[in-house]
Amino acid sequence: MRIDRPHSAGARVQTALPALLSVLAAFAVWEAYVRLSGISALVLPAPSRVIDQMILHRALLWQNTLPTLQATLIGFSCSMLVAFTFSIVIDFLPRLRRALFPIFVISQTLPLVAIAPLVVLWFGFELTPKILLVALVTFFPMLVALVDGYASTDRDIEALLRSMGASRKTIFVRARLPSALPYFFAGLRISITYAVVAAIFAEYVGARAGLGIVILNAKNSFRPDLMLAAVVISSLLTLTLFAATAILQTIMLRWREAGARSGGST
Amino acid sequence: MSALKLTDICVALDGTPVLDRVNLNLGTGEFVSLLGPSGAGKSTLFRLMTGDLVADRGTILLDGAPLDDGMTPFAFMPQRDALMPWRRVLDNLTLGLEVQGVSRTAARAKVLPLLGEFGLKGYAQHYPAQLSGGMRQRAALLRTVVQDRPVQLLDEPFGALDALTRVGMQRWLEARWRAARWTTLLITHDVREAVALSDRIYVLSRKPARVIAEFLLPHPRPRFQPDADADLVGLEAEILQTLLAQTGD
Ligand SMILES: Nc1ncnc2c1ncn2[C@@H]1O[C@H](COP(=O)(O)OP(=O)(O)OP(=O)(O)O)[C@@H](O)[C@H]1O
Ligand SMILES: [Mg+2]
Repeated sequence: MRIDRPHSAGARVQTALPALLSVLAAFAVWEAYVRLSGISALVLPAPSRVIDQMILHRALLWQNTLPTLQATLIGFSCSMLVAFTFSIVIDFLPRLRRALFPIFVISQTLPLVAIAPLVVLWFGFELTPKILLVALVTFFPMLVALVDGYASTDRDIEALLRSMGASRKTIFVRARLPSALPYFFAGLRISITYAVVAAIFAEYVGARAGLGIVILNAKNSFRPDLMLAAVVISSLLTLTLFAATAILQTIMLRWREAGARSGGST
Repeated sequence: MSALKLTDICVALDGTPVLDRVNLNLGTGEFVSLLGPSGAGKSTLFRLMTGDLVADRGTILLDGAPLDDGMTPFAFMPQRDALMPWRRVLDNLTLGLEVQGVSRTAARAKVLPLLGEFGLKGYAQHYPAQLSGGMRQRAALLRTVVQDRPVQLLDEPFGALDALTRVGMQRWLEARWRAARWTTLLITHDVREAVALSDRIYVLSRKPARVIAEFLLPHPRPRFQPDADADLVGLEAEILQTLLAQTGD
């Protein structure tokens, strides 16, 4: 049996519709509450006011979105590269895993509130500390995903390759790496949602520009409307990156889609 | 070359003995079948030969010499097809050749003409998940034979096929074997299949497995017409009896 999945644009809108409606409803309730209660905009600005601010300050927001995006992307790429490198090293030298994993786990227990100011103190207000913090937050989920992914490799496939005379490296490239890809993408999706938050937090602690700085300045001048405008931008940024990884995943894992569409065989 | 001799093979898995002093002899170019109850240890024997497992005792000699790490004399077809789900069918079929270092073009040129005979025409660009169980098994068999290794290890290669396709594939395999003269070790549960194809048949006991019977079949080929040779019919019944004595309690 063929299981129909939402593939056409129309079907996709239909699946997105409930989510869209509930978000709109939440904003409507918020808007209504602000209007009816007469609460001060200094405490709780209405969504319409936030949108007004976004339009009014679009130049400022745009200028500050770029540094955040840059820090996120560079930090994330570095972290991905390092995670990949470590995962391969660990795969070839399993003993290193036991030596290194505790360090990585500890790195995940460090409270960002304390670490961020220190990293800024050590590396200054430029790009470096932001990259480091983004990498610190996103590295581990990706590493774990990769290591688990390698371990998920079908033993029969590995035995088959070995019978063909494949070297350890060939087995890694032809079997373990492709087996890990679905896991890797799961880790990627989790990490990317942390990445933007980490970049903004790093900016908040100390930077020359960025959404974190907009939020900080708006807070200091009692402008919750502008703060929320920056928050909306940062959510949109995360959602965009999330969508980009999802698209990349469907391209890279076409074989899974093919399997799912035929409804699995045998 | 490529005579295979297994002597006194003992293996325990997780503490339970699985193989107990197994002795097998395959002459060069000989077609040998291995029959035995389910769970006896047949697939385990293959794991030993392909280097996936090390025997606790015993020796495996190929042409009188022990198997070396660098040697890959076997084309191995695992019991489960082990097709790579992320590779298209064609790329699965050429896997063994690619690992051998054959160029992709050359490998494809070797595989493509065989797709029709294996009922895979039009499926080269599909993924394994889009194939039926029988098609997957035929793909796995094709992936094995195109490697053209001196020794073929086939673990229930026709188990998932319907009766008609099965006979077709058996004929194909026999023809191919006669032309190439691979030394072939076939694991099967189908006594008729073993009788039709083999020069020699070993029957294993229940776990821990040892060889309980050996049958030689110098009868003329092909042997696909049932009841053509009264001697073979009797042999089939005898082998079945030997097996049943092992499976029943
Ligand atoms: N990794 C393992 N650890 C422990 N026991 C194992 C392991 N693999 C297999 N066995 C046991 O070894 C025995 C032999 O397994 P094997 O796969 O060789 O059987 P088989 O003869 O090929 O059976 P079948 O005809 O059903 O394929 C089985 O009883 C199984 O339980
Ligand atoms: Mg088996």
